[in-house]
Order: sequence, then C-alpha cells, then structure tokens
Amino acid sequence: MSAQIETSTLPLRPILLGLRRGWDENVLAWLIAAITLLPLAVVLASLLQPQADIWAHLTEFVLPGLLVNTVWLVAGVGLATLALGVSLAWLTAIYDFPGRKYFSWALALPLAMPAYVLAFVQIGLYDFTGPVQTLIREMWGNSHWVPPIRSRGGVILTLTLALYPYVYLLARNAFQTQGRRALEAAASLGLSRRQGFWRVALPMARPWLVGGVTLALMECLADFGTVATFNYDTFTTAIYKAWFSLFNLTAASQLASLLVLMVFVLALMEQHVRGDKRYTASGRLAHGRRERLRGARGALAAMVCLFVLALAFLIPLAQLLWWAQSVAVDQLDLRYFGFIGRSLLLSAGAALLVVLLALGLAYAVRRRTSLASRVVARLATIGYAIPGTVLAVGVFIPIAWLDNRLVEWVHALGWGEPTQLIKGTLAVMLLAYVARFLAVAFEPTQSAMQRITASQEEAAASMGLGRRAVLRRIHLPMLRGGLLTAALMVFVDVMKEMPITLMTRPFGWDTLSVRVFEMTSEGQWEMAALPAVAIVLAGLIPVILLAWHTEKHT
Amino acid sequence: MSEAQLVLDQVEMAYGQKVVLRHLSFTLAAGEIGCLLGPSGCGKTTALRAIAGFESIQAGCIRLNDDEIASLQQQWPAQLRGIGMVFQDYALFPHLTVAGNVGFGLQGLDRRNHRAKVMELLEVVGLAGHADDYTHVLSGGQQQRVALARALAPSPRLLLLDEPFSNLDVELRERLSQEVRDILKARGMTALLVTHDQHEAFALADRIGVMEGGQLRQWDSAYALYHEPADRFVADFVGEGAFLPATVIAPGELEFELGRRACPSTVESLPGQAVQVLLRPDDILHDDDSTLKARVVKKAFRGAQFLYTLALPSGATLLSLVPSHHDHAIGESIGIRLEIDHLIAFS
Repeated sequence: MSAQIETSTLPLRPILLGLRRGWDENVLAWLIAAITLLPLAVVLASLLQPQADIWAHLTEFVLPGLLVNTVWLVAGVGLATLALGVSLAWLTAIYDFPGRKYFSWALALPLAMPAYVLAFVQIGLYDFTGPVQTLIREMWGNSHWVPPIRSRGGVILTLTLALYPYVYLLARNAFQTQGRRALEAAASLGLSRRQGFWRVALPMARPWLVGGVTLALMECLADFGTVATFNYDTFTTAIYKAWFSLFNLTAASQLASLLVLMVFVLALMEQHVRGDKRYTASGRLAHGRRERLRGARGALAAMVCLFVLALAFLIPLAQLLWWAQSVAVDQLDLRYFGFIGRSLLLSAGAALLVVLLALGLAYAVRRRTSLASRVVARLATIGYAIPGTVLAVGVFIPIAWLDNRLVEWVHALGWGEPTQLIKGTLAVMLLAYVARFLAVAFEPTQSAMQRITASQEEAAASMGLGRRAVLRRIHLPMLRGGLLTAALMVFVDVMKEMPITLMTRPFGWDTLSVRVFEMTSEGQWEMAALPAVAIVLAGLIPVILLAWHTEKHT
Repeated sequence: MSEAQLVLDQVEMAYGQKVVLRHLSFTLAAGEIGCLLGPSGCGKTTALRAIAGFESIQAGCIRLNDDEIASLQQQWPAQLRGIGMVFQDYALFPHLTVAGNVGFGLQGLDRRNHRAKVMELLEVVGLAGHADDYTHVLSGGQQQRVALARALAPSPRLLLLDEPFSNLDVELRERLSQEVRDILKARGMTALLVTHDQHEAFALADRIGVMEGGQLRQWDSAYALYHEPADRFVADFVGEGAFLPATVIAPGELEFELGRRACPSTVESLPGQAVQVLLRPDDILHDDDSTLKARVVKKAFRGAQFLYTLALPSGATLLSLVPSHHDHAIGESIGIRLEIDHLIAFS
C-alpha cells in the first residue's frame, strides 16, 4: 500500500520542489539586489525632479568648477596610470634584471595604502615645510623652483601612484599569458622587440588595459579622502559639503545623480573601447625565457622599478612610521584602541553580513544560465562602481522616509515620543556597505560555488539529504576557502572605507578612517599617521595573499 | 624560390645543469622537408626553438646557407634570421583579421600589392573567402592554414613547424598533412617539423631524425628508419615489431627459430654471440603451405588487415599482418613464411 503511494507521488514531487525552489531563489536574489538598486534608483530619481532654485545655484556656482576639476583628474590619472602601469608590466613580464622577482610583486604594494593616506603623507613630505623642500633649501638656498604639491598636478600624481597597480596587475597578466608567445610569432615574421610591443603585445592586451584603467578611474571618481585632503573640489567633496555643511539633502542627491551618470558614461566607454572582439589566451603558456638585461640596462630597469616603488610606497610608509612613533607615546591610549576596536567590529560585522548575502545571491543564481539570473547577479553587484558618497545619500533618503513614518505610527499609537528609530543606528551604514561591497564578496563566492556540480548535489540528495542538509554538508565545506577570501576582502575594504563611514556613522562611532580624516582636515599629519598605520597594515593582507597566489600559479 | 640548406653542427644546449641537446648534427638539403621525431621531453622542440632563435645554444653552430646564424660567438636575433614558424597553438593574433594575420610580416609592399599577395596566399591555403573574418570564428583546421599562410608570406628561407597538427582530429590531420606537403613542395620550401607522431612524420617528411634524451639517434628516410633502424630505441619507437633471440654462427650470418639467415649488421660480431633480431609485422607472411607453424594468441582487426600475435613453439611471440579475409580463431595454428630484405640484429 505504502509502496503504491510512493510510486504515484514520485513524479510530482520534483516538479513541485523545482517550482518552489525557482520561486524562492529568484525572490531571494532580487531582494539582495534591491539593497543596491533602491539607493541607486532614489539618487537617479532626483534627476527627474530637478528643483529649480537648487539647480540654478549648482549650474552657476558649483558645476563648472567641479566638471573642469573632474575632467582634468580623470584624463590625467587615466593617461598616467596607463603609461606607468604598462611600462612596469612590460618590464617585469618580458625582461629579466636584478631584483625582478621581488619588484614583480612589490610593485602591487601601493594597493595596501589607501589614496587618502598617501595624500597626506605626500603633502607632509613635499610641502614647503616638509623634509624634502627643507633639505633642498639647506643645499641650494631656496626651493621656489620646486613645483607645489598642493596643486592639480599633485592630486593627479598622488592618485596615479595609488591606483597604477590596477593597470600594472592586469597588463602584466596579459603580457604573461599571451604576450611572450605572440612576440615569438612576431619575431619569426621579422619584427623587432620594439615593433612587437606596439603592433602585437599592446593591441592584444587592450581588453586588459581598458579594464585596468577603468578600475583606476572608477576609484578616482569615487575618491573622497584624497581630493578632500588636497582641497581639490570634485563631486564627492561637493556631495559631502552639501550633506554636512549645508544639510541640503536635495542638493546632495542631485550632485550624486550627476556623479552616477559620469560612472555610467565611463562604463559605456569601457564597453565601446574594449570592442566586441573575443580575446582568448592562445593555447598553453610558452615557458619562454625572459630576455636578460645585462649591465647598465639591467641596472636602469631595476632603478626605474625601485624609484616608482619608493615614491609610491617605501618613502611614504617610512614617513608614516616615523610620524606614528613620534606621537605613539602620547596617543597610544584608550581612545586609540577605541578607534581600532570600532573599526574591527564594524569591518567584521560588515564582512559577515556581506558574505552571507553574497552566499545567498551566489546560491540563488548558481548554474542558472538564463538572462534574468545573469541580469540580477550583475545588478546586485553594480555597487562597487558607485561612489560611497552616492550610496550614503541613496541609502539615507529612503531610511529617513521610513523612519519618519515609523515615528508617526509610534506617536499615534502612543508608545512613546522617539525622534528617530532606524536613522541613527548602524543599519544605514551596514546597508550602504552591503551595497558597495557585495561585488567584492560575490566574486570569490561565486567562483567557489561554480566548482560544485549538479551531480554532486544530486548524489547527496540520492543519499537522503534534504536541501538544508545539502547546503550544510556539501556547499559550506566546499565553499569555505572562497567564503574566507570574500570575508577578508570585505573586512579590509570596510576598514579602509572613508566616505560612507563619515557620512552615515551613528554618534560616537568614530573609526580609524574617520580619525584619519579629522586629523588630516586639521593638517595634523603626525596624529593622522597613527591610525593610518593600522589601516595600511590591514591593507597589506590581501596584497600579500594576491602576491602569494600569483606566485603559486606561475 | 627561397630555399636554403640548414646545417646543425655539434649543437649543445643546457638549462643550468640539465643538458637538453647533445652533439646535435644534421644537414637538411635545400627544398627538403625534414622532421625531428621523438617522445615528449626528447629535446626536439628545444632544437626547433634554437634554430628559430628563441633559445641560445652553448656549443656548436647552426648555419643557413653561408650564414652562421647561431654559435657560441654570435646569435642572430630571431627577426633577422628569415625563418618562418608555425606554432603548435598557431599563436594567431586575435586583434587582427585573417588577412591582417597573413599580411603581418609582409614589408615594403604598397597597399595593392600587399593585398594581392595576401589574397594569393589565402587562395593557396583555400581560405580566400575568410579574408576579413577574425581568427576565433575559424575552425582548428582553418586556423592552422592561416598560421601556415602567415609564416609563408614573408618568403622565409626556412619554415619550422612545431607539432603542427597535434590540435586536430585524426582524419583532418591526415588530409591536412598531405595538403601542407603539396604546398611546401610546390614552393620548393625547405622545412623542418617536430612531432611525436610517426604517421605525421612519414606523411610529410623526406628525412626524419629520431631523437631521444637530447641526442639524434638516426637521421634517415622513413623506409630506412623502419627497416634498418640504427639502434634498439629507434626500432622500438618507430613501427611495431618483435625481437627474437638469435645466435651468430659466422660473421654476417646467424641462426634463430625461423632458420639460418644472412645478417649484414653482424659482420663484426664473433660466432657464438647472442643477439636479438628485429621482425616487423610485414616481414612475416601468412602461408598455408609453409611448414613453419605458429599459434594465434591475440588478434586485432584493422580493416584491411588483421594484426595477429603469434606464438612459436619455443613460446617466443611474433607479430604478423595478414589480409583480413584470412580470419583465424585464437588458438588455431597457421603457417607462416619469413620475407625480409635486410635482417637487423642488436646485441
């Protein structure tokens, strides 16, 4: 009897389960995506309802300057990171010279130092009262001829030194995976090294180069700390001022919507410049030997690498450590540990939350090849391209609206007289972090998820495991490595994050990066150095992991 | 056309302590197609890359006609050697069209002549209709042809082919190797290919060198490699066969289970010495009238033929290729006859 029931219900169950599964998981994916899409929609909506007076003020007094500054910044940083990143990648990928093995990974080290830290160190180093100009005056009497660091050129230089590793890493990858073999082919067709570079290696690396420069420029548009330190007005600083100094939410969101448009333009340009050609690494990697640079040429190559590394990382780090130790005795007190504690707590909490949501998203869209699931995954992770200032505004506005409704209800129900419920809590901040960093966690989580095959799940199910048991006993153990990477990346990114933290932190939640911002706004470099050192140390972790990973795979 | 003689003279190469090429010497006459054949890791690809100019040699020299293109004193850079190369993975440029790839190495031509030359080459390899396609839309065989046309375009003095057909399926491999041979021969091209597949070597090359452990064991025609291998390694690596124990009874003569035979390769051996004679499957003919009998132990159907593994009364085994309408059961005894021009023996 029971056997009969089982056979008759058997074909129906998988269908019902399948339907339920599909529905559940689509809803889950869209809910997660909403955390990013809602703030974005809120900000963009303000573009549709321009307020005449604010708009008039913006176009007359604010926008022209912002646009000029932004165009200069984007053009300057784009060209400079391209030139610097490609040259260094070419040198370390194709040639061999003294110290190449070390430079090859060390040149990525500037990634560990947030641009806003590099910014105040550079000013401290090269300003009129800094050690460099002081030394020059002692030797030659005056230093008028030294170009000022607090200038457009100074901002471009600083951001270039902080962001060139994106181009460097991607270009090096391109040159290593396909450059050498293609160069041999070019040589067998009669081209010299130099001709091979221009006619083969560079055009073949174009998708990587465009990708690297786009990453650098996205960071550049999103940057708040550096331009704030240099007093170089861009959209991010204007949003911040509208937010804090003017308490003008509408102006802030109008500016934010323009910034989002610029990001979209950048993304479209990337698609266009990248072209639609498919580039695949052509076959196996040639284990071709690098060309050895001997004598003076080898020394010159090593000098170039050392010079860039010193300028972008070694000297700033030394200065940072010097400043930090000079104030350590006075400043290493409970307050400092408070900054560290809150930074750690926030980073860990955000990492946990973001990874959980990334896991949910990756699980929901796993092995789906439909357009809809690809779209939802893409949209949910779009936040990494959106500047933190924008997301802060976009998350705050709907929360504030919701909060006002809740407060009214609480009043109406006579449950008390609160003025705010959610607005002043960590929720705003955490949601903004999720929107900004979901992509960071999704990437490693999804690639780990893709290694789990459908037949592995089916094998577990055939042994009688339910859906949750499969998740716990198959997915989680196999995903552990990917999830750990994801958590670490988010942890470090939140630790370094400045604008979201500044704009949405509840009272009393000052973190390391907030402290850095406050001290640099007052020009107290030594005081800023101490929290900055902790941030740089945390930032070193993923860079070292990256270097270790590439070492293992080449 | 542009043909040249390639000479390798006592070429040596090592990566650190590891010797990769040892006393490598051979001559490839102008217009000939040569082949380096050997198992993976035998040094054949390294030899090819040294000739192309991608690796430096540590002793000996490489000459192309009268030019010493590589020696300890001087290594010409690859781009000055005038040597074309077809890479194993083709190494086509993904950012260029088929025509862009083929015309890449053409220099000093005006636009019209450039295009004409490209189209002529595409005609030769049968891809005239694909001139403006990007290479990733082509099939493997088509990519192979683009790589060949690209390498031929600058009219190199010598063409190198590195495992040219290893990424293609068997059927295409055979057809394409015949095509490539025709194209090279029509242009009088001197060419050297590297492969681990003896069928490819036999189909393409005039002269084949078998390499092992960085050394050239034999540089000869395909027929000679098969029927007159210089040593036991070559005998094993090229073709199938069996070895039977034999005893030298007089200089140049020996005796084994299938009778007494002249064997020029043992002229210098002393009577009484034990040797092994090589018997190829086509040396053993099936003959119902023969008094020599052997028992069928294993059989493999090969279409036109059966490859029988036969056991002699002593227990020694032989291979024999027999037309496939002679279908014998395993365990059956069949008559065999030895038909051989040069008996080869190794001590």
